[in-house]
Parts: sequence; structure tokens; C-alpha cells
Amino acid sequence: MRAAVETRPAYDVRKVREDFPILSTRVHGKPLVYLDNAATSQKPRAVIDAMRSYYETLNSNIHRGVHHLSELATRAFEAARLKAARFLNAADPKEIVFVRGATEAINLVAQSFGAGWKAGDEVLVTHLEHHSNIVPWQILRDTRGIVLRVAPIDDRGEVVLEEFERLLSPRTKLVSVAHVSNALGTVNPVQRMIKLARGAGAAVLLDGAQAVPHLPVDVRALDCDFYAFSGHKLYGPTGIGVLYGKAALLEKMPPWQGGGDMILSVSFEKTVYNRIPHKFEAGTPHIEGVIGLAPALDYVTGLGLAAIAAHEHDLLVYATAALSEIQGLRIYGTARDKAGVLSFTLEGVHPHDIGTILDQEGLAIRTGHHCAQPVMERYGIAATARASFGLYNTRPEVDALVAGLRRVREVFA
Amino acid sequence: MTDLRELYQELILDHYKSPRNAGSLEDATHAAHGDNPLCGDRLALFVRMKDGRIEDLRFKGSGCAISTASASLMTEAVKGRSKADVEALFEKFHAKVTGEGAGGEDLGKLEVFSGVSEFPVRVKCATLAWHTLKAAIEGHKDTVSTE
Repeated sequence: MRAAVETRPAYDVRKVREDFPILSTRVHGKPLVYLDNAATSQKPRAVIDAMRSYYETLNSNIHRGVHHLSELATRAFEAARLKAARFLNAADPKEIVFVRGATEAINLVAQSFGAGWKAGDEVLVTHLEHHSNIVPWQILRDTRGIVLRVAPIDDRGEVVLEEFERLLSPRTKLVSVAHVSNALGTVNPVQRMIKLARGAGAAVLLDGAQAVPHLPVDVRALDCDFYAFSGHKLYGPTGIGVLYGKAALLEKMPPWQGGGDMILSVSFEKTVYNRIPHKFEAGTPHIEGVIGLAPALDYVTGLGLAAIAAHEHDLLVYATAALSEIQGLRIYGTARDKAGVLSFTLEGVHPHDIGTILDQEGLAIRTGHHCAQPVMERYGIAATARASFGLYNTRPEVDALVAGLRRVREVFA
Repeated sequence: MTDLRELYQELILDHYKSPRNAGSLEDATHAAHGDNPLCGDRLALFVRMKDGRIEDLRFKGSGCAISTASASLMTEAVKGRSKADVEALFEKFHAKVTGEGAGGEDLGKLEVFSGVSEFPVRVKCATLAWHTLKAAIEGHKDTVSTE
């Protein structure tokens, strides 16, 4: 594992934990140890307060009201868009489309950017994708006859770049890859993959659902065409996410869903669509979600993503060493560049049983296929147990995980 | 801790580690597949019916301790029973693991699963084999799913 960044943690994790009310919860009489951050993260008070305050002081529909509250709500909504643009270092806030989450963002690109694709056109993904970056392309394959290509991964869980390059061709319309794998923790070498894709004339979509909470992202430095992420994995609310798209592409793309707010004028003969990003935001949006996303972005940028990355990297190194000591434990995903995800199996114990026993100790982890069944199949397993770290986790929590796993061993002795 | 021991009783761990009636049945008259998408568990069940009764049955698949032990103990419990018997037993078993109809009649070795009622998310694990058996003897060809 490569050191994510050189800087040491620049924040006091004990103080940070106080910002997250849920972390003082007890589960089955034990203090909650929340290690399921790759599924969803907990929310700081600032996010919860912003959403409550929106309903208590601001609630109204946006973009069309002339009254005071509507104007304030619209302003807060668009301020969040600007914040999201800065967060990704997008050139312009109009490149930020609010969606339900990364899944919807990918589906939007598939249905809209892919609208003109013909049979034989290709999309290239990798073997470590989440189902949400597989199924939208299969839908196009089954309805339109496009071809889905899959770049293999090696035993460490790293994409085999030579194979990735070999699978690129003039038929490749889009390369759509995870920035960070949810099942294995692999940080893909997206900079190189984007260069290779460019060389073949393909556009690039990065699924950043697992990346944005763990590392700084700069879409202009990356030069990707699309970037998708979900708010709820970034300490923000569920049901809100972002699709970044280069303005030139978004402008050319046809609308995805029709309705209010995405039009300039409507008659039965002719409808004129709104400008981007509104063209892609039909209907009343998830206003309180957007309002809640803004303080989440502030929160992680306030701590500093480099500091968060360093903190989580420390936990990953510490936990990898501690778990490796446990007899019969095997870690899946040993990429050299890895985010805070530990997928593992314990010989003779099904992951589901591990999850139940750890839960009794107050430990929340994920068990199952993690919506990445092809990854499981690659390793010849049905499921793993997965501990994933967030900015508020601590070494004593890792120790609790290790103690819990010893407890699992005892029960199944 | 007491809850955990209730769930993972010796008999369950024994049947998990050494499942009875594991394998396939060449002369099966009925068969079905079961899936638990929650944990990726898969189960294949082979049944030989004769004169309206289950003469023999085997199961194959990978699963957690609860689902494997449940399949194993089920195969022991239903041998020689008629379709109607199996359905009645499944109903009682289901009530037991969901904690509905408190008490109920003594189900013998299957009583070992009564601890499951304290773990609602594990009910699907305990009932996968039973759903699959029901599908097999009713002659459904499709894979049954716990979802």
C-alpha cells in the first residue's frame, strides 16, 4: 500500500466524533462501532441542522416563486450547486446536475449521452464495478445492441492496464470505471486510464461514489467527461447526488426526463428545453437534500480531504496488520493504492454469521456481495465481510473489530 | 451473549460443519433452486417422491450456518412425509422462526431454530431450504428467491 499523502492527520478525531450525534448510540448494550461507511456514512450535526432549518425557516419551491421564501430557497439551492462545483473543481456550476445519487447519474449518462449509440458501439468497464455501473450498460446492450467490454483485474484487485488498453478501440464510445472500488478498496489509476481512453477517442465517466469521501477530486486535472457521486456516502443526506459533465457535452445531450423546470416554454406543438443544468432536472428537486449536501461538502473540505485520506490510511494499515494476525482470515483486495475498505473471509465461518456475531458486540459491518457479484465470482466466493472506515473511526475501534472476530472464532470453535 | 448462544446452538453448528444428506440425487423426481440475494446464498435441492411421499432428498450449495443447518435438519425431518405433511410442518416451522404464534407445538430437533426469532434478518436464512423444498414438490421450475 502506498501512503495516500505525506501529511499526518491534522484533526482531533475525538472532537470530530462529537459532531456526529449517532456515534454515541449503544447497540445491544455496547457502544456503536460503525464500520459500514462504504454503504453509507453518518451525518454531522451541521447537515442534520441545515435540513431541519430548511423546513423550519425556508421551505418553498424553487426557481419560479416570486415570493420571499422561494427566492431564499432558490438562492440556497444554487449556492449548494456552486459549492459542489468548487468541490470537484468544475469550471462552471452549470456543469453540476443534481440527481438522486451515483446510480441515477450513471443511468442519466447511459440514457442521454448514449441516446445516439448504435449496435456495435462499445462501452468499456472493469471487472470491479458496482452493479450500478454494469446494469445501465446491459440495458443498452439488450435494447440497442451495444457491446459491453470488461477489463480484467488481477489477484490483488488491480485493473490489468495492458488488457484495458487492448480492449479500447475506435468503437469504444465510453469508458465507465469506478474511481475507487466499493468491494475491494482499489483506487484505480484513473489518470492513466483517461489518457488511454482519450487516445482511443472515447469519453470517460468516473463513478466516484467511493472516492469523494476519501480523496481530493479535481475533474479538470483528471480531464474526465463525467463524474458521479452520492451525497450520503460523503456524510450528506440520502437521495441526493451529483453528476458532473463537461458543459460542451451536456449541451449537446438530449434531455433525459421531461417535466417542469427543465423547459423554457411548452406548447403542444413545440417545447423549448431549459439551459443546462436545468435541462436535466425535471420536476421539483430534492431541495432539502441539496441544502443538506452543502454543509457536508463544507465539513469534509473543512477537515481537509488530504487529512481525511491520511487518517483513513493509518486505520487501513493498522487494521490490515491486526486482521492478518487472525487465523484463517483472508483479505480480498490488496491493491498497492487502496482506500479504507477491508473485505475479508474467515475460514469455516460464513460472512453472514460474522456479521450477526459482530452486531451483538455493537459492531456494524457489511456482509454479502456488496452489489459487486462479478468481483465475488472473480475470487470464487459468494460473499465477504467488509469493514470500511470513515473520517471518525479510531484505532480502538479497529481493536474492537479484532476482539469481535476472536469472539466469532470462539462461537464457531 | 445469551441470544447468540440461542442462535448458534451446538446442534446448528454440528449440522453446519457436517451437513446431512448433502449432495445430489441421480434419480430425483423433483428439484428446485433457491437463492438468498441478501447474502448470495444458493441452494439446490433434489427430491425423490414415491407414492406421494418423500422417499429421499439431498441438497447442495453454499450458505451461512443457519441456512446450511436448516437445510440439513430439514432433510432429516421430512423424509417419509407427504406433500401435505411437509406444508403443514413448514407452516409451524415458519411460525417458530418468526416468533409468531408463541409456544406452538414441539417440533423436535427443529426447535433449535427458535432462537432465530430474535434475529429477524436471519429468518430468510432459516427458511430458504423450506421454500425451495416447497417449490420442488409443487413442481415449480423457476428458482425461488427469499426476496
